[in-house]
Amino acid sequence: MSENTVAAISSPMGEGGIGVIRISGEDAISVADKCFKAVSGKPLCSLGGYRAAFGNIVLSDGTSLDEAVALVFRAPKSYTGEDVVELSVHGGTEILRQALRRVLECGAMPAGAGEFTKRAFLNGKMPLSKAESVMSLISARGNEALKISRKAAGGSIDRAVNEITDLLKLTAAGIATYSDYPDEELEGAKISDFEKGLLKAEEKLNTLIKNYDTGKLIREGINCVIAGKPNVGKSTLMNLLCGSDRSIVTAVPGTTRDIIENSVNLGDITLNLSDTAGIHATDDVVEAEGVSRAKELLDTAAVILAVFDGSAPLDADDRSLLEDIRTKRAIVIINKTDLEQRLSPKDFCGFECVMLSAKEGKGADNLQSAIKRVCQMDSLSENDAVLINERQLSCVKEAQKYIEEARTALFSGVTVDAVGVCVDGALESLLTLTGERVTNAVCDEIFKHFCVGK
Amino acid sequence: MIPKYKAESYDVAVIGGGHAGIEAALSSARLGCSTVMFSISLDFIGNMPCNPSIGGTAKGHLVRELDALGGEMGKAADKTSLQSRMLNRGKGPAVYSLRAQIDRRAYSGYMKQTVEKQSGLDVKQAEITELIKDDTGLWHLTTRLGAEYTAKCVILATGTFLAGKVYIGEVNYESGPDGMFPAKYLSDSLKKLGLPLRRFKTGTPARVARDSIDFSVLELQEGDKITEPFSFSTTTPPENKVVCHIAYTNDETKKIILENLHRSPLYSGVIEGVGPRYCPSIEDKIVRFADKRRHQLFIEPCGEETDEMYLQGMSSSLPEEVQIKFYRTIKGLENVKVMRNAYAIEYDCIDPINMDASLEIHNNPGLFGAGQFNGSSGYEEAAAQGLVAGINAARKVKGLAPLILSRASSYIGTLIDDLVTKGCMDPYRMMTSRSEYRLVLRQDNADERLMPIGYEIGLVDHDTYSAFLLRKEQKEKEIARVTATYLSPTEELNAFLVSRGTAPVSTGACLADLIKRPQLSYDDLAPFDKARPELSYLVRQKVETEIKYDGYIKRQLMQVDKMLHLENRKLPENIDYDKIKGLRLEAIEKLKRVLPKSVGQASRISGVSPADISVLLIYLSKEGKS
Repeated sequence: MSENTVAAISSPMGEGGIGVIRISGEDAISVADKCFKAVSGKPLCSLGGYRAAFGNIVLSDGTSLDEAVALVFRAPKSYTGEDVVELSVHGGTEILRQALRRVLECGAMPAGAGEFTKRAFLNGKMPLSKAESVMSLISARGNEALKISRKAAGGSIDRAVNEITDLLKLTAAGIATYSDYPDEELEGAKISDFEKGLLKAEEKLNTLIKNYDTGKLIREGINCVIAGKPNVGKSTLMNLLCGSDRSIVTAVPGTTRDIIENSVNLGDITLNLSDTAGIHATDDVVEAEGVSRAKELLDTAAVILAVFDGSAPLDADDRSLLEDIRTKRAIVIINKTDLEQRLSPKDFCGFECVMLSAKEGKGADNLQSAIKRVCQMDSLSENDAVLINERQLSCVKEAQKYIEEARTALFSGVTVDAVGVCVDGALESLLTLTGERVTNAVCDEIFKHFCVGK
Repeated sequence: MIPKYKAESYDVAVIGGGHAGIEAALSSARLGCSTVMFSISLDFIGNMPCNPSIGGTAKGHLVRELDALGGEMGKAADKTSLQSRMLNRGKGPAVYSLRAQIDRRAYSGYMKQTVEKQSGLDVKQAEITELIKDDTGLWHLTTRLGAEYTAKCVILATGTFLAGKVYIGEVNYESGPDGMFPAKYLSDSLKKLGLPLRRFKTGTPARVARDSIDFSVLELQEGDKITEPFSFSTTTPPENKVVCHIAYTNDETKKIILENLHRSPLYSGVIEGVGPRYCPSIEDKIVRFADKRRHQLFIEPCGEETDEMYLQGMSSSLPEEVQIKFYRTIKGLENVKVMRNAYAIEYDCIDPINMDASLEIHNNPGLFGAGQFNGSSGYEEAAAQGLVAGINAARKVKGLAPLILSRASSYIGTLIDDLVTKGCMDPYRMMTSRSEYRLVLRQDNADERLMPIGYEIGLVDHDTYSAFLLRKEQKEKEIARVTATYLSPTEELNAFLVSRGTAPVSTGACLADLIKRPQLSYDDLAPFDKARPELSYLVRQKVETEIKYDGYIKRQLMQVDKMLHLENRKLPENIDYDKIKGLRLEAIEKLKRVLPKSVGQASRISGVSPADISVLLIYLSKEGKS
């Protein structure tokens, strides 16, 4: 589909043993031939698919930039489905950059983010759900997110959805047989069989829906608000988590008047942290504004990290914060464990508690596991498929609605022909998810994500 | 070489006088084209070489649809019906299917008279041996006796006659169905036209003598108390004149069949033709469903004036002596006398992906196919295609655009779209599960879906159409009335509701809402609905179904809408699939063979993946922009 040939650095940036530049498109091989000279003297265009040549990347003045191995893929047997050349050079950001610059000089266009995957999809090399997963993989933040996306790119979503569609197809086939062979004695095509199949499918759909929220937290990061009265060490905690002096830390209470946001990796999860002004009664107009915004944040945050000074007993401000967060997803952080302790988890009955010293950087590991616990990330098992985006979620939700309806209908005695409509509807939704059914919605999605037709 | 002589010229010539040929010839003649119908034997026009029945699941729908378009099958079946049953009563209106036992000879006689009396239609006994097209595009049909007819359009409705070969055990011989002689020479001529012919096979069970069956030990199957006709024009419901019986195979039957399997031409590999998956022989059933202890068979009379009884479900190609042996293992058939043996028959047909939805064959303008020639199985499927081929041949002669029925409009449209888009690997049988629009394509609303089309093209007469308009108006008025009628919560009503196992009402209840309850029917509520007008059974059925299933029908229509988007995305006629980058080779090949008219049709071709469809869509939108 592509009119032009594109190239990009395809290995992660940074120091490494080797780095790869991928060139894909109609002219990939001739472009590569301009900047790569094989030791054997044979041009790449003389090679078949899956063939490699050893040689040099040659700059415009004829000097050699680096030794390289060129790997040739012939369309359609390549990642993108087009002619592809992968040039492996010695790792190192600078060499890679120069090599890419040379490739671009020789006629390739720089590839956009996800361009290779887009081409692979458009050339029929992968289904929509997998392409989406790869896109998500590229933009994944944090280790857990990477894991999910990698699993999805490996086809975990398709597998999970196929399990459900198999169940539904079996039920639909049962319903069809039940109607199409009225005079036959049939096994496995009874109303009770249909009920069982539908129930199982619904349970599986519910799991997918439940895991989506958790997956989203993992993928997009968990919006955490650090709250607490002034000078309990909120900003110190923020700095500890960020590993830099992002918030200004002073001994004067009320230093942080604004909300400071930062995205950090804590272990293998990503937190979108907001440090807030200390929540307490104040007369200062500017500070009061900060306080009210902080309170607003408490309502929208995925997790509240409520910080308390472990070296001082609870006061009125502390108690009021505890009231504010009682019904929310929150973790109580008893800070300043380096000092003599006046508070213990017993003072925070019903809350997940973590004791740490932000100043000395002790106990941050416990915080990570506490966050995973309150976000129910632990419930996500290694093999669970996690939906990648809202489109997939809406397909699953639609399917679930249909199944629920089918079950209600069966239960209340509606005839199977009508129940069949709901089962068909659910199947359609799921096939749309995996891209096996191309509908209007799928096309829209294709055009939205892949800016086709330019 | 036999000397040829010039015979008559026609607009349309139909080869074959079976269920496809009859509808094709009648519709063509009724649309004003001079038409000729050739049959190898005039005594076998409208013959039923297999089951003496018409209708059944999805097939009943086809007959109603045929009738709504102006076909003959429904009327003929009503006139010659022996017993009538609406199948699937408890399973919902979308799958209600009418099935009638038919007096086989009476049916054939009715059809023979109908084609004979049809003005503009000549009926001739002849075997066509050669079909060629001259430079002007005119078709020349030569008979075995050397008569050379010409026609502007030709419809191939050759059934199992085309290079037919019968198999019974080790014995096989060239033959048409029911001992008729086969059409031996036409195949060569068709091959010369470039038609890719292939072999299919089908089979039929034995006919046995009535007085050799002990009916006292068999299950009885009676007709419905209140019967319904197939045809919208039939005013008197058919009478039940006969009963059928049910018997069962047993371990002994199974044993005999398995012991003799090697003598079946199907298993010994003598038959190359592919048989129907959905209508397997008894030996097939026993092998494929090895753990099933027993299989049902239905014993059906072939007519009022014959003692031949048909053993439905027992088609076989085992040797005659083996047949007799295993029939006699069955309770009630211990002393059965076989009158006609069961046999398998193999015949030439075409892979229908080589035709358009008009049923015209690719690269052969004016040449149409219908019925078993197109790879289908069943009288009803054949008749449906015959009608469409006849209409389109006539329209071609008149220079009109072909009639293409969409999948959303009918089972006929679905049948033809399936055939020409997906092709078929075994004889195609219609089933309700083949339609994604089941709830919309009901047998009760076939008139609403198709009669306006039948009227517009000229096959439905004015009176029939007026009667339809009246029914439609009555239905709409009645739905509006029950939607606006409220029943007061009387003790009487509540007692009735409770007796039906549904909740009583405390305030005025909308009549339509009550009809929606699965436990209640429209007729049930008559005693509480004083202002109810007198309506025919058909109209009452329509009213009830539309109210009860309103939500589901709407949902299905929504699903239909989603698909229509792709259906409306037309593919240009001159599209060069080789030039579209990204299409897989298999897809390119299939697309070039099927020549789909829309992206929707393309998406149904097996071998064309969703990824290919994305590629096509992207190609089209790029083309559109440039």
